[in-house]
Amino acid sequence: MPKKVVHYINQFFAGIGGEDKADYKPEIRAGIVGPGLALKAALGNEYEVVATVICGDNYFGSNIDKGVVPELLEMIKKYQPEGFVAGPAFNAGRYGVACGTIAKAVQDELKIPAVTGMYTENPGVDMFKKDIYIIQTKDSSADMRHAMPKLAALLKKQMAGQEVLGPKEEGYIEKGIRVNYFNERRGSERAVDLLVAKIKGEPIYTDYPLPVVDKVSPAPALKDLAHARIALVTSGGIVPQGNPDHIESSSASKWGKYSIAGMDHADKKDFMTVHGGYDRAFITEDPDLCIPVDVLRDLEKKGFIGKLMDYFITTTGTGTATNSAKRFAEEFVPILKKDQVDAVLLVST
Amino acid sequence: MVKEIDRAGIPVTHICTVVPISLTIGANRIVPAIGIPYPLGDPTKGEKKSYEIREKLVTRALKALTVPVDKQTVFEEDF
Repeated sequence: MPKKVVHYINQFFAGIGGEDKADYKPEIRAGIVGPGLALKAALGNEYEVVATVICGDNYFGSNIDKGVVPELLEMIKKYQPEGFVAGPAFNAGRYGVACGTIAKAVQDELKIPAVTGMYTENPGVDMFKKDIYIIQTKDSSADMRHAMPKLAALLKKQMAGQEVLGPKEEGYIEKGIRVNYFNERRGSERAVDLLVAKIKGEPIYTDYPLPVVDKVSPAPALKDLAHARIALVTSGGIVPQGNPDHIESSSASKWGKYSIAGMDHADKKDFMTVHGGYDRAFITEDPDLCIPVDVLRDLEKKGFIGKLMDYFITTTGTGTATNSAKRFAEEFVPILKKDQVDAVLLVST
Repeated sequence: MVKEIDRAGIPVTHICTVVPISLTIGANRIVPAIGIPYPLGDPTKGEKKSYEIREKLVTRALKALTVPVDKQTVFEEDF
């Protein structure tokens, strides 16, 4: 009996259509569709692509929090697969996010190995490289015939319970995992080789790559505090009573902007905290402990600052992905700019 | 969020309790806060004292905005 594999592709690779069909609803077909042919060839006779699940990229993206994942999992489960392949998505951003999301869900929920493939700059890479194996592909589907055998080989290894080697050997994007192993050459020799290679300006390879942290240069200093327009931002989960926009108490997916116009302090009648990561008792009693409206208003009256903006911006920091936090700020920074905000105080608990 | 605000050229002071996290993510102007459940103030010391603590920290954070920095800087003391 060949081992069963299910394949996920989007509307484009299924031959249904391009952008105009990106709202295509989830569907599962028995057997292979489109790039499934290459997958089947690469997997060989001991494996069978029993079904292909298809979903439009926009449909996936707009329903990512509205049940598209469980819906797809139900379809996939019926075929009782032992392995799962998504894409590859190459440089298609929404497709990459869909492939990463569904591959991770299959791996976590159905407890079977899952593999996908993407170009390094696909946004799906940063979102999922720590969770799943993502074979590194080129930026277009012209790379299909090179990429698919790598996806198949890595999936087969996992399905057979064989040891998966490092990113270089298998062709996947680094997951940030470090594994101890014995090298036939001792560290001192390799260190000298590395140094010599560096001096010669040759390409170098390190056993111990440092994490890449995106550094931002500090913004120029404020020149005139007494005329500056100051905005308050917080990750402390402060929201108006009743939490009208349903900001989550952890792993926030959104932020809010709420009025403090005319208020001389942040009153517990008006505000509450939904943050699920600290003891809320103190801030519930006095929200100024997190959004210091009282002090800023007094400093505004004294002329120490020019103006406290009429609103504050808020979300919940706990459990929230750095990528989400980055997106929140990308969304609200244009508002701050439009309102000519000169500087920001950002309070985190 | 701090980084994106900085990136946009708007100076920002991160007032936060867990300074090592702020340093790791890459905030550039940092003022250490009092505690996780009450970053700005200390309600256990009464309302007046709590306000004074808050005033001190907010003032320091505002002044930090006026200081040119070329690397991550933690403003530990009033200045």
